[in-house]
Amino acid sequence: MLRIEVMSQPPLTTRRSLTQARRKRARKLSVVGVIGELLITCGVLVFLFLGWQLWLNDLILGSVDNNDAAKLSKTWDASNSFVNDGPVISNQEQDFGEPVVSKAPAEGKTFAVMYVPRFGKDWVREIAEGTDLVNVLNTRRIGHYDNSQMPGEIGNFAVAAHRLTYGAPFKDINLLRAGDKIYVKTEKGYYTYVVRNLEYVDRHGVGVLYRVPQVEGKDPTARLMTIMSCNPVWSTAERLIAYAVFDSWQPVSAGPPAEISSLVNAHG
Amino acid sequence: MRTVEMYAALWRVLPGPWWVKLLLVLLLIAALLFALVEWIFPWVNSLLPLPDVTVSE
Repeated sequence: MLRIEVMSQPPLTTRRSLTQARRKRARKLSVVGVIGELLITCGVLVFLFLGWQLWLNDLILGSVDNNDAAKLSKTWDASNSFVNDGPVISNQEQDFGEPVVSKAPAEGKTFAVMYVPRFGKDWVREIAEGTDLVNVLNTRRIGHYDNSQMPGEIGNFAVAAHRLTYGAPFKDINLLRAGDKIYVKTEKGYYTYVVRNLEYVDRHGVGVLYRVPQVEGKDPTARLMTIMSCNPVWSTAERLIAYAVFDSWQPVSAGPPAEISSLVNAHG
Repeated sequence: MRTVEMYAALWRVLPGPWWVKLLLVLLLIAALLFALVEWIFPWVNSLLPLPDVTVSE
């Protein structure tokens, strides 16, 4: 086939000049073509960024924080010389009296972890002091309002976290239902809360932070927990609030509550 | 008339037979994705306005 082609070509000299001309023309850069390629590339990059920001990075940061929280939880077990060798059934019946209330930690310090079985069987995240975006919330942790109460304290233990981006700890906050358990663990022990109801407020709805939510200046008698994130998912116009009521307390040395014992054990 | 675009030019510049070129292209894409996820996307993210999740007056 090659031979046929060669034979059908014009004489050598003409042929050489022809190929040279063709090569010269072939090297000419197509400006429109390159601009088109650049635009397509930019479009692809934007979609890649969105996929990373809204999905992939949340998965990565979420699992990083899962590990950090589990590790921290483990160090508290160790410092309480508690040997974690399986679920302790009896502690469910045991009454450990009034919950121990820790002093407020320094701003930005991780002082608790939170287990929510509704968010996933192995879901555990860190809770840090303060709700500063840069120092706490954007470091994939849950933030504790420093003017609200501590876990187990009479009043309102209020926390907030991202629902999207930065690890999105409260991605599934809308799935919480009345009766769901929320376990907060500190150096001292486990505080079990039970979800009571959800509430939707706008972003200025600071009433959810009162010691008796939505009732300003009233002295509290109950131990409440308020968890919040933004709503709807893609917006920051509103806040979705879940209220949980304190149920029970047990020291770290008594081992984890039965529902999360396998999780606490699994993380070694 | 044949014109030269960026990616066609890249393909021509890469050495070896087509499967070596393909391998090199895949390696380049992998390196690019790594750089994006590791450095470029976090940097872009830091330039975007921060979404607030707290309540305030």
